[in-house]
Amino acid sequence: MSDDSFEPKIVGFLCNWCSYTASDLAGTARMKYAPNVRIIRVMCSGRVDPTFLLKAFAMGADGVMIAGCHPGDCHYQQQNYKTMRRYAMIEQMLPQMGIERERVKLVWASAAEGQQLAEAIDELSEAVRKLGPLNWSRNWEENGGRIEALEAIVKEHEEALEVQS
Amino acid sequence: MSEKPKGKLALYWAASCGGCDIAVLQIGARILDVAAAFDIVLWPCAADGKVRDVEKMADGEIDVCLFNGGIRTSEQEYMAQLLRRKSKVLVAFGSCAQEGCIPGLANMNNRREIFDSVYKEGSATTPENSDDVRPQPETEMPEGTLHLPVFYDTLKTLNQTVEVDYYLPGCPPEGDMIWTAITAIVEGKLPPPGSVIGANTTVCDECKRTRTEKKIKKFYRTWQIKPDPDICLLEQGLICCGIATRAGCGGLCPEVNSPCIGCHGPNDGVQDYGARMMSALASVIDSDDPEEIEQIIRDGVPDPVGSFYRFSLASSLLRRKKRSTNGNGAAAATKTKAS
Repeated sequence: MSDDSFEPKIVGFLCNWCSYTASDLAGTARMKYAPNVRIIRVMCSGRVDPTFLLKAFAMGADGVMIAGCHPGDCHYQQQNYKTMRRYAMIEQMLPQMGIERERVKLVWASAAEGQQLAEAIDELSEAVRKLGPLNWSRNWEENGGRIEALEAIVKEHEEALEVQS
Repeated sequence: MSEKPKGKLALYWAASCGGCDIAVLQIGARILDVAAAFDIVLWPCAADGKVRDVEKMADGEIDVCLFNGGIRTSEQEYMAQLLRRKSKVLVAFGSCAQEGCIPGLANMNNRREIFDSVYKEGSATTPENSDDVRPQPETEMPEGTLHLPVFYDTLKTLNQTVEVDYYLPGCPPEGDMIWTAITAIVEGKLPPPGSVIGANTTVCDECKRTRTEKKIKKFYRTWQIKPDPDICLLEQGLICCGIATRAGCGGLCPEVNSPCIGCHGPNDGVQDYGARMMSALASVIDSDDPEEIEQIIRDGVPDPVGSFYRFSLASSLLRRKKRSTNGNGAAAATKTKAS
């Protein structure tokens, strides 16, 4: 795939009460924004386990967005503070694995902030486009000529002389 | 043990430290019962079975194979495939076979980097190698071509290589757990295939310390504080992995004031051990201020992969660090070099 034709695949986890409503608003107001985010509605941004993020990357996502209510406005009171802390933790871990921090984004968008959400999606899409595709599973699919090596072992064992006891 | 005809047992050792082979002896004198119930057809560490003899067996002729170690080389992959074919029940024995364990941490590097550090950068094993000699998979000699196993870039777990029937967690598995598994196999009272043989609760349930509410303002390394012997280690700011780790050890480490490092792997239903640890640990940080949170994590968890994926990197969702050859990968390659 050449870089010109690269369209980032981004998974967005949007909270039911604010950010998903904000994306609805952006839609009904016919705002234009990048079509790269596949939105998954969750009840709260606090539901987004770091597992979800890692799974998205492992399954081929180039970027991940988490969006929730502004701190203090959470429908479940404290949960988006947990999102904030988990996000900080995952931000510390991803670069160790060679995934750029710019591939993840945490956004606070209230139900009225369709415009802000649309802008954040545009920004993330552009940032990921610049970084290029991630193709995570390719990291282990080629494992240094393993098929040939396995065939060689079988052949060698066939040719080896029998040990006489 | 029953009066049934003797079964056939194989034990094999791939990329692991050898501790699992020794751990088998933790069952003590009961090893004699094992010898009464099984003929040991292959156990390179202790018995004189030959690969060739295994190759000549009919498929499924071995009743049970306890396979420890991850898959690092082509030879280990060959043995995994061979023993899978010849065994009715294949058990991933110990953390390496189940989740990669310490050898799997080398997935933070690739073959070239590992060879550089072993054969070039003056490690203790090769004090003098000025000619930069490296293992070659093929060497031509007058008598023919000699082969060495191919060393893979990425260590794989046993179930990333072949189908695995049961898992026995632990680094190494505890003697009683091994005995439970062997008894279950002999008596045919096995859980559904794919199960982990062991407890399905966490180390916290076996830990005797008092737990109250967890709120952490600062993480400490073990040498920085002298922990109170009666209070939860995590509540004292030590990164204790007991909250996410499968029980079975009896909480040995916390009992001696040392935090759990997670050697029994994830509990049932957990896909990515490290992610669960990160999730649980981050949520109890006692701050609502983004900058302070970042500071607490930066100071307290300098090496998240080492802390949370010590045993499970190879079996995690991401499996390894990015190889700079994929995607266009340029940005990641420069960034990781700098760190």
